[in-house]
Order: sequence, then C-alpha cells, then structure tokens
Amino acid sequence: MNCIWCDADIIPQVNWGNLFVLEKPKLLCPVCEGKLDKIEGKRCVRCSRRSADKVCSDCQWWEEKEGERIIEFNYSIFSYNEMMKDMIAKWKYRGDYYVGEAFKHSFITAYHEKFAFLKKNAVVVPIPLSTRRLKERAFNQAKMLADFLPVETIEALCRTHGEKQSKKSRMERIYADNPFFIEESINKSVILVDDIYTTGTTLRHAAKLLRDHHCPEIYALTLVRG
Amino acid sequence: MSKDMISVPDPSLEQLSRIYSGKLLLRNEILLEDNLLRQLLHEKQFRPIKSIVKKNFTRQCQRCGNQKASLFATIPCFLCKQTHFYCRKCIEMGRVLECEPLYVWSGDKTKWPQQENPCSWRGELTPAQQQAANQMVMAVVNHDKELLIWAVCGAGKTEMLFPGINQALQLGKRVCIATPRADVVRELFPRLVSAFESVPIQALYGGSNTEEAAAQLIIATTHQLLRFQEAFDVVIIDEIDAFPFHADPSLLFAAERSKVPQSTMIYLTATPRKVHRKRISRKKLPHVFIPVRYHGHPLPVPKIKMCFSLKRELLHNKPPRPFIQWVRQRNNPERQLLIFVPTIVIAEKLKSPLACMFNKEGIIDAEESLTSVHAADENREEKVQQFRRKEFRVLLTTTILERGVTFPSVDVAILDAGHPVFDEAALVQIAGRAGRSVDDPTGEVMFFHDGRSEAMDRAITSIKLMNRRGGFS
Repeated sequence: MNCIWCDADIIPQVNWGNLFVLEKPKLLCPVCEGKLDKIEGKRCVRCSRRSADKVCSDCQWWEEKEGERIIEFNYSIFSYNEMMKDMIAKWKYRGDYYVGEAFKHSFITAYHEKFAFLKKNAVVVPIPLSTRRLKERAFNQAKMLADFLPVETIEALCRTHGEKQSKKSRMERIYADNPFFIEESINKSVILVDDIYTTGTTLRHAAKLLRDHHCPEIYALTLVRG
Repeated sequence: MSKDMISVPDPSLEQLSRIYSGKLLLRNEILLEDNLLRQLLHEKQFRPIKSIVKKNFTRQCQRCGNQKASLFATIPCFLCKQTHFYCRKCIEMGRVLECEPLYVWSGDKTKWPQQENPCSWRGELTPAQQQAANQMVMAVVNHDKELLIWAVCGAGKTEMLFPGINQALQLGKRVCIATPRADVVRELFPRLVSAFESVPIQALYGGSNTEEAAAQLIIATTHQLLRFQEAFDVVIIDEIDAFPFHADPSLLFAAERSKVPQSTMIYLTATPRKVHRKRISRKKLPHVFIPVRYHGHPLPVPKIKMCFSLKRELLHNKPPRPFIQWVRQRNNPERQLLIFVPTIVIAEKLKSPLACMFNKEGIIDAEESLTSVHAADENREEKVQQFRRKEFRVLLTTTILERGVTFPSVDVAILDAGHPVFDEAALVQIAGRAGRSVDDPTGEVMFFHDGRSEAMDRAITSIKLMNRRGGFS
C-alpha cells in the first residue's frame, strides 16, 4: 500500500497483535497520520470545541439567541490544523476524491462510539452542495462521509447556489439566509453529516428546516471542528 | 482559473489559433462558451482526445504521463453518473477525469513573426560566455536536437542565452524557458522583458493569472509544460539536475511533448547528474563547458571541519563549537553569513540560540538581524529580499536556497554537511553561493561535519577540477 497523502510505501510492522489476526491495511503512513490532530480531552459537550467549560461561550450565545436547542450536539473528530487544511483543500477543492478514504475508519469509529445509543432508528442526512458546485466538483464530500456509516442515507435537502461559506466572514455567515430547501420530510432521528463545523450556521440552517418539517431530534457528526 | 469567457464577441480563427494551438487543455481551461466550442469541434478546429488510456495492465494519464497505479483512483462521478478513474498525480493543475476528454487545437497553426531585431540587451559577454552562446546559436540554426550547457555557478547563464534566443526569434521560432521553481521565474521575467523589449513575453507559474499563454517567448515553471503539446521550437530547460526535474518523470514527459518534432532542447546545469555525464563521455550528448565565472575568479573551494559532538549539540540546539571558533575569526567579517542546515526542524530550533550566540560575540547588534527560511515559510520571498537588501546579517536556511539565488557578498557554512540531503550536486551548488560579485569575488565555504561523506569528497574534487579546467591551478 501507498500512503494516500504522500504516496510513500507503507510497510506493515509485524507484532504479536497482528501476527494471527489480519489488520485492516493502513491508508496513511505513520508520519502523515501523526500530523493529524484528534480532538481529545475536555471539549464542549454541544459543539465539540476544545474547551475547559462544559458548554463553551459560543454555544451559550447560540442558546440565548435561539431560545431552544436545535441540534442536540455536534461531534467532531479532528481539529482544523495545517495538515487538515491541506487535506481538505485537496479533497474538496482540487477534487481528489480518494483523500476522503483516509478518514473512513475514524469516521465509522466515531459513529459507533457516540451514536450507538440511536441503534438503527436514525437516518443520516448529508449537507448538500448546490447543483452548480456539484458539477464543478463531481462529488459531494459530505455524502461521501455519510455513505461510510452503516445506516441509511437520505438526501433530504437541496441547496441554492451562493457564495462559498469559506469566503464569508463570521458575521456574514451567521446572519445569512437559509440556503436550503427540503425535498422530503423525515420523522425519525437525524444525524446531519458535514466535513467541517466552523460557526455551526450551516448545520443550524439545515436542522431548522428539518425541525420545521416534524423531525423529532437532530444530531450532527462532522469530521473537523474549525 | 476564472470562468471569464473571452471578451471578443466573435474571436477570429487566427486569434483562437494564437491562444490554443500547441496546447493540451481541460474543458475548464478553454475559456470559450459551450456553443462556440461545440461549433469549433464540429468544424474540426479542436480535437478531443481520450484523457486516460488503458495500456495492457496499466493506464496512463495523457496529460502528465502518470502510470503509477497508486496515483489513480476511482470516483463516482456526478457528471456522467458512472464510477471511473481520475489522475491524482497532476491534480494540482486541475483534475483529469476519465469521462472528460483533453482538447487539442487541430486547425491551422500560428505562424510566429520573424522578429527583426529582438534583443535590446547591450551588455558584453566574456569570451567563455561568448563561446557557449555561439554553440547555442549554431544548435538553433542547425535544428540540433540537444545541447547541454555545463556552466559553473555564477558563470552568468542567463546572459549567455540571449544570442541564442535572439537568433531563434529572428527565425520566427517560438521559445520556452522552463525552470523548476516559481521564484526563479519571477526573478528572470523582468530581466527577459528588458532584454527583449519589442517581443511579447509571458511568465507562467502556479498562481500567475496569465491564462492565455499566447506569447512567442515564454518563461514557465516546468510543471506548466503539462499544458502544452507541440508548441515550442526551442525549449531551454534550466537546472536539469534540480530536484523536481530529475525526480519526477512526468516533467520529462511534458518537456518532450511540448516541443515540435523538429526542435532544439537546451539543457543548463552546473552539476550534471550521472545520466548526462555518461552520455557526454560517450559523446552521445553535445555539450559546452564553461569553467570560469563571469568575473574571472575561481570558485571558492570548501574547507571541511570535523565536529566531534555535532549530532548531540544539534539535538540540544547548540551551535557546534568549531563553528563558533570559525565565526570569531572569519577573514572578512563584513560579509553576510548564509548557514545551511539539513532539516526545517533544526532551522526553526537553532534560530534563537544562534541569534543569542551571534549577539554575544558582537557579530550582530540585535537578535533580529538573524532569521531563518524554509520551504514551509510563508514569508520566505520577503525574507530573501530583505537579506539581499542587507536588512539581515545572518540567514539560516534549508536546501531551498541552494540554487538560483544570488547574494553579492556572503560566507557560507553548512552544519552537518554529511547529512544525506546534501548530495554532491547540492554541496557544489551551495558552495557556489559564495563570491558571486565582481566587488567581492571570493568567500569562505565551510562544511561542518561529524564524518566525511562521499558526497563531500566528490563535491570538493569536482570544484577543484572545474577550477583546474578554468585555468587556475
């Protein structure tokens, strides 16, 4: 196998642990894997940001502003460090679909650890791209992540074309109009899936729409906490 | 690349040919509207070719020549609703999908004008430079396939290209200078513009916003050649031995493809690799050797200095002791100091201890007069410029500054010269940073090591050999 990121050969180390039981082949070499920063330790229970407080100031602000909790919680796996920035850029913007495979294992593990209590009653809804952006990229990175999970994926949402989120300022993002519209209402628990949680606006817009269409509870699973 | 369509409402075939002939492009690199492109395809002005071709047991990307299985992957494509391959190797230049063709211009080729008196450079070449220039002119006139110009660091390679380029432009040929790094493109471009005032010239590199690339004289990074096919009559490849070119087969593939069948390739190098040296010694590769610098002084020969506890001292972020001693008694303390280290980590960690030490020794008057640069440094261009303007006294660097950059008056030191990143070519290049100007044609070059490597020995032998061939004993 070659490393997905740097294309170096990965030479598996034989030890007592994997001598008799075949391990899944590694997709990233140890050097590249080491550059990713998994969020561990204390974090905000709502948004997964590293934080000493139980609920971080951002989430308190959101709750005051909205008066209700639209998303039960968001769980993110990695922090948005330089390595992750480069990987996301290549995966999403350059369109290197295969880079996404590098996250498959961590994404499934996170699902089993944090969302096992939902059993099989939940469905996964990926955050959509506008048709124009989808034509440019030829794939939707959130859909790719959603398809990794062992539950049904429903593409319940559509998106109108607008400026890229990453080109907007924080306040522009928070007060932007809801870019989504609904295709199909869902009356089960929903796990929203996206690649990055930055201000949380995108996920809240999507959640709000689902909630208005009778969705009982909404969670979010994102790869990166920006 | 922006999606602005061509501004002329109805571009003539001549205009289109000027922009698109000699190119090999993806759909989104052709700035024409769908209707117009469809019509041109129908008229056979453009020809689509398959982008990824199966070959027995492998496949090949037709843009970059990649055949390595791990650099192809499949994608469930939204455009064609099928799962198919795409090339991961050249993805930084825009993604090549199996379901999308590459487009080549198959209409009439542009006839490039015979420039009457293109060269406005009025400087004079040294006899050695003149000899190389004459050889290149002959190669261009006779349509020789190849010529290697082997010129020591600081021989003045750019100037000796001017007569050859001049000749080519007079004959109505299209010329491309390809160099491995964008820094060099940016440095050479203004010099070319002032040397060929009347000729349209364009610089191409990642992020250069020159979308049309329709000039007769082009200076580009080697990667940009991936977008060309049968475009140039003369291709000049700078630093043929430098890292990307000699390590990445797709660049050679692109260079070969970018030239027209009857064309001339000129290679420039100060330290030819084994492949080329072998071909030279078998007389399979015509070459010209320039062993003297433009100011007529010999190359500084590196001195080596053993440091017994080098590895330990570097690990503890201490400058090696013999290095400190050398710094105290340099021949000319007025010179700036360029220090090479093998890795980015060491460059970062050694920065403040070194600054502290230099400050204590009274060599710099403030710790801010020392800085470090490396490939991952965002401000590296700025810092190099500042060093050139003498705003820094000391610059700590990795091998990124080994070639292409000129500082007028520096001493050079390598810490841990035995490290594998310093191969023979790198060491010769680094030694060549010293003594570049007429005003200060010498300079000290020090290799600090904890065990002499073969590369160090060979580098020193080859520098001495070059000096001998240049008439110095």
